[in-house]
Amino acid sequence: MSTIKKDSGFGVAQIILLISIAILVIFVAWPVLLILFNAFFVDGNFNSTDFYNVLTEPETFQALKNSLIIASMTTIGSTIVGTFFAWLVTRTDLPYKTFMKSLFLVPFMLPSFIGALAWKMLLSPNSGYINTFFMETFGLSEPVFDIYTYYGISAVEVMYLFPFVFIQVCGALERMDPTLEESARISGAGLFTITRKITIPLVLPSIMSGALLIMLYSMAHFGTVAVLGIEQGIYNIPTLIYEKIHQSGGSFDSIRTGTVLATVLVVTAAMIIWAQQKVLSRGHYQIIGGKSFRPMELKLRGLRYPLLFFCLAYIGFTILLPTAVIFLVGGVSTYGLPLTWENLSLDNYKYILFEYEVTKDAIFNSVTLGLAAAVITMFAGVMISYVIVKMKVRGKGILEFLGMLPFSVPGSVIALGVILAWSGKFGINLYNTVWIILVAYIARYMAFSLKANSAALEQVHDSLMEASRSCGATMWQSLKDIVIPLVRPGMISAFFLIFLPALRELTVSIMLYAPTTRTIGVAIYTLNEDGETVMSTALAGIALILIVIGQMLINHFTKKVSE
Amino acid sequence: MEDIIKVEGVAKAYGKHQVHKGLDLGIKKGECFTLLGPSGCGKTVLIRLIAGHEVPDEGRIIIDNTTVADSASGEYIPPERRGLGIVFQDYAVWPHMTVYDNIAYPLKMEKRPKDEIDKLVMKMIDIVGMKGLDKRLPSELSGGQQQRVALARALVADPSVMLLDEPLSNLDANLREEMRFEIKALQRQFGITVMYVTHDQEVALAISDRIAIMDNEGHIRQIGTPYEIFEQPADLFIFKFMGIANFLGVRAENGRFLVGTGNQEVPWEKPQDAAITNWVAAFRPSDVAISRDGEGLRGIIKRANFLGATMDYMIEIDGEHLRTEIVTHEAISENLMFKEGEECVVNFRALHWFDAAQLKEVEEL
Repeated sequence: MSTIKKDSGFGVAQIILLISIAILVIFVAWPVLLILFNAFFVDGNFNSTDFYNVLTEPETFQALKNSLIIASMTTIGSTIVGTFFAWLVTRTDLPYKTFMKSLFLVPFMLPSFIGALAWKMLLSPNSGYINTFFMETFGLSEPVFDIYTYYGISAVEVMYLFPFVFIQVCGALERMDPTLEESARISGAGLFTITRKITIPLVLPSIMSGALLIMLYSMAHFGTVAVLGIEQGIYNIPTLIYEKIHQSGGSFDSIRTGTVLATVLVVTAAMIIWAQQKVLSRGHYQIIGGKSFRPMELKLRGLRYPLLFFCLAYIGFTILLPTAVIFLVGGVSTYGLPLTWENLSLDNYKYILFEYEVTKDAIFNSVTLGLAAAVITMFAGVMISYVIVKMKVRGKGILEFLGMLPFSVPGSVIALGVILAWSGKFGINLYNTVWIILVAYIARYMAFSLKANSAALEQVHDSLMEASRSCGATMWQSLKDIVIPLVRPGMISAFFLIFLPALRELTVSIMLYAPTTRTIGVAIYTLNEDGETVMSTALAGIALILIVIGQMLINHFTKKVSE
Repeated sequence: MEDIIKVEGVAKAYGKHQVHKGLDLGIKKGECFTLLGPSGCGKTVLIRLIAGHEVPDEGRIIIDNTTVADSASGEYIPPERRGLGIVFQDYAVWPHMTVYDNIAYPLKMEKRPKDEIDKLVMKMIDIVGMKGLDKRLPSELSGGQQQRVALARALVADPSVMLLDEPLSNLDANLREEMRFEIKALQRQFGITVMYVTHDQEVALAISDRIAIMDNEGHIRQIGTPYEIFEQPADLFIFKFMGIANFLGVRAENGRFLVGTGNQEVPWEKPQDAAITNWVAAFRPSDVAISRDGEGLRGIIKRANFLGATMDYMIEIDGEHLRTEIVTHEAISENLMFKEGEECVVNFRALHWFDAAQLKEVEEL
């Protein structure tokens, strides 16, 4: 006979809540607060005029303007490209649609700063392969295209960011009830009218949300602008923060400028995320349900194959060509040699993998940092999402608010905050060690982990846990036996969602690296800066191979899970 | 007999929504007690309070002479130490564990020896008729089979009380009928106290020793045996909730009880309360007897529907309407196949009097 056992199990929920809050405060909230504090307080006094002064210095003001110009152009470009291709693969009878759809997601895999590196080699005005080809073949005296411009930078960002819009719009178009369009057609509306009056208004929230995501990403994007802009003096907010911190060796003025810029970035990000939530909640028409329908398809007729060819050409031009250039240039002994068979060898690859300390270290650092960050963040994310999604405990509101933070703090802000927090001012000095990079990675990727884990936890019905409690299991026991096994797929996907981006991370590590703590991204970037172009591209090639292998592992695991 | 579960002055609110206030309830040892009420009346909240998945804002809950929750002293015993078995509406069978592992779990938590666990689990699997399915995963089982696993899991550790929260509502009608007899049989076999929560009055009548009727405000209107609840409903709410109901408006005039606007007296024992002048005569369609002539209320057939096995009539008596059913072959043999517009005579086999003021209240619910 089971009997009631006395005494109380009070406190477990509170302990978990407190640990969760502590993690988010230490890793995310505190660094951000330090940035705001340093931006607004001079010698312990609130000083907003100084904030304004820093902001209106020509250099900072120009960076703000540049961020805005590049982000706007990138957003517009990506939205057009993404929406067009999404429509093409969901609503037309384009041949090999499913295959084409997966092809359009490939740009996600290519880190944009590696893309930028490739385009620099292809289109730099003096030595870019395409420019020299045209100048030699047609005897032109001027290069056809200059990549070191706003247009060049934005174009490269569009190539690697448009999948954000593409995915969102594809999803909306696939879930849209086709009867809505059919009833319009029965009412006598032509295809053009239907598209204009029915389809576009219905998918507009998704388009907007994807566009805002790109805006946010581009505003805070370091790599492309660093590779293509700095040479011509085009700085955006993150690159200027980097330049300030990097050049001055951490002087007060440069830190201040950095924190002011970071504040602007945080505020902008918060506004963009707020707008996105707004758009999504307003756009939550009942009409776009969760069910999958067979949507109405436009017959492309004679345009079917030309459009397929166009898509393939786009992929070839934006993905294949840059990738090929990376691997080819990585194979020549000196940058500038013609890319002919006699000049190509695997020597560089051998050298950076087995002999060159800088790149060997970098690969080792990135892999271990990625693994460590992924494991820690995965477990922390499960716990925090568990409290947010499942637990009923007083004080949860604080955690819900803190849980939103990681989503709106850009990488360069985190890096700067981490410098302020962990450089010895508060007793612990991690500066110039790998640990500071690890701390920053945890903060940066917490959002991914929270997203994947809360999605998985929402699938686990409360009664499963209540059943185990009533079967005599304590809270810990139920977590171990019931919840963890059921959210394991979410945890695995969180692991890869962190490990893969961490492997190619640049924005955060570039601000935190020391000579021995370079990551792959930093090594590629700095080698390129130092003129070691072939080594840099060879390492980029290795990185690409690692990323592709990782992606294949993800696909393998997620397929297994869904079975 | 003593109460094994005592709920004393319990209050529970979610934000501004007050679900329970001052709720008292006692469940006797060894009985099958059903809490019956419309959806959203707070039945599930009560079961969760007893199980320990919720904490009462006010009041005390006592199980087996142990206070498990007391708002005054802050005492609270977590669910795992209350020694209860629970069956949920959505089965809550763990999808990553086999049938065997699901049922064995409560025993593992008690750290029983392995061979004993094995013996008990196999016995339980046999009892709930799942022999040979012990290695299956829940995804390979039907809804009914999953609910059997949930039942076995709730019973295997021999709890003092088993709580069942609408365990049959996700099953189809045939299975529902079959399972409710099985639950009753299991309860007898194990001699266990059962608290069963449902909105289905048929199930409640079929399995309960006692039923408590809860209204939308979370108040308990009546507690009694199934017979008492059905035959002697304490008020109009219960009468209406227990099945299809007919209501005739009746006015009291000089000691006479007249239907609607006319002058016909109700052919039934009169109510005693002289203070009330507006009454409702309530009865079930099956309690109406119709004939071509003789004593009784004169009415007009307003609608006649042939439903195959039965005839369905809507009858008007002096501005009041009632519905009745009569078995078709009986209607034919006794010349009771009425056409619309024909006159008929109405008598009652059973009738309950209620204050008409109640009707308004009940209809608002």
